[in-house]
Amino acid sequence: MATSLQSALENLRTTRVWKSIFRRGPALTNRTRSVAVFGNLFLHWLPVKVREKSLRVRAAYYLGSLSFLLFLLLVVTGVLLMFYYHPAAPNAYHDMKDLRFVVSNGVFLRNMHRIGAHLMVLLVFWHMFHVFYRGGYKPPHEFNWVVGVFLLLVTLFLSYTGYLLPWDQLAFWAVTVGTNIISAMPIVGSKVRFVALGGNIVGENALLRFYVLHVVILPLVAVLLIGVHFWRVQKDGGLTVRPKDHDGKS
Amino acid sequence: MSDTTQKSAADHAIAMPGLTRRDFLGEITLGALGVAGLGGAALTYQYFSPNVLFEPSTTFRAGNPDLYPVNSVTFLQEQQVYIVRTSSGFYAVSAVCTHLGCVTQWKPETNMIACPCHGSKFTPEGKKLEGPAPRPLPHYAISITADGELIVDKLQTIKADQVLKV
Repeated sequence: MATSLQSALENLRTTRVWKSIFRRGPALTNRTRSVAVFGNLFLHWLPVKVREKSLRVRAAYYLGSLSFLLFLLLVVTGVLLMFYYHPAAPNAYHDMKDLRFVVSNGVFLRNMHRIGAHLMVLLVFWHMFHVFYRGGYKPPHEFNWVVGVFLLLVTLFLSYTGYLLPWDQLAFWAVTVGTNIISAMPIVGSKVRFVALGGNIVGENALLRFYVLHVVILPLVAVLLIGVHFWRVQKDGGLTVRPKDHDGKS
Repeated sequence: MSDTTQKSAADHAIAMPGLTRRDFLGEITLGALGVAGLGGAALTYQYFSPNVLFEPSTTFRAGNPDLYPVNSVTFLQEQQVYIVRTSSGFYAVSAVCTHLGCVTQWKPETNMIACPCHGSKFTPEGKKLEGPAPRPLPHYAISITADGELIVDKLQTIKADQVLKV
């Protein structure tokens, strides 16, 4: 079985199509493995080599990777939900109800998106606390810590803007309360609230604004920051594990 | 590089020593970009501030004064306003909590207005009794129309001691 699979793979590798996509031989040596990572758009910003220590579960409990996986899950389920959702009143509420009770597997997708979002906030916080208590913010990781703080903010804003979209009482009051917190800012508070809501009350303008923020602007910012965040992990010398110096200090 | 540029600057007898043509053009470009950026920010702010709002009217008729018995507090749910009638007259108190904008409830058994969100409590005059609310509930301008109906303007707040005598 394995041999026939291997021979099939080898035959595939000799085809012109395969060679046009992967312009290299099999990754058998360290050099060809490096070339394989460098030459792939989706892998090139990852390290070609990592310390064994930083692959241990206890190194980071994969919290960052799990947050990223949840982000991907939320993008996929979110895009699927968009096919049945109108960001307008009162359609939004009815569409949410339809997704729960009428659309096939709608309730499954909606709950995946909803629970996934809760989990992502939890994991992002856990990730932050873990990095903090392990001292992962110390040089040379300071800049990546700052990027991480912005990613936390983007996660919270995504969560908050998504909270309005079901357009039910919970959503309405959560956003009423939240935007009144904005207006407590000195001088500019009420102006910022007016622009954020597109009016004086949480109405159709607010729903549309939160929708655009939730499905376009914030995800784009998140993707950009995630890219920088992952790339900096490699540039800053891998995960938080560092060899000890002569004094025994890490 | 800098020697030659300084020399050429001197050749052209420019009054500002040390400022090369490249520096000058760089500053001009930065300034232009800054002006364009500020203008863009202002235009964006204007774009995001709607000029026409499709929101409920802030002025409403509250019906005939006889609808409200003396010494009563009536909650108008749609307008989020309490119409209070005392022996001295009428006033209209906002039902929106000054803390974070939740709608408060009238509790006749304890004679107070209570917010369900964070526990602020007010007297029927809107004065704060306890809780996180920073300000008392505002009083709205209330008057009587020619045909004898109460009319409340929620854009106009008045002093708490002003009462409409009927």
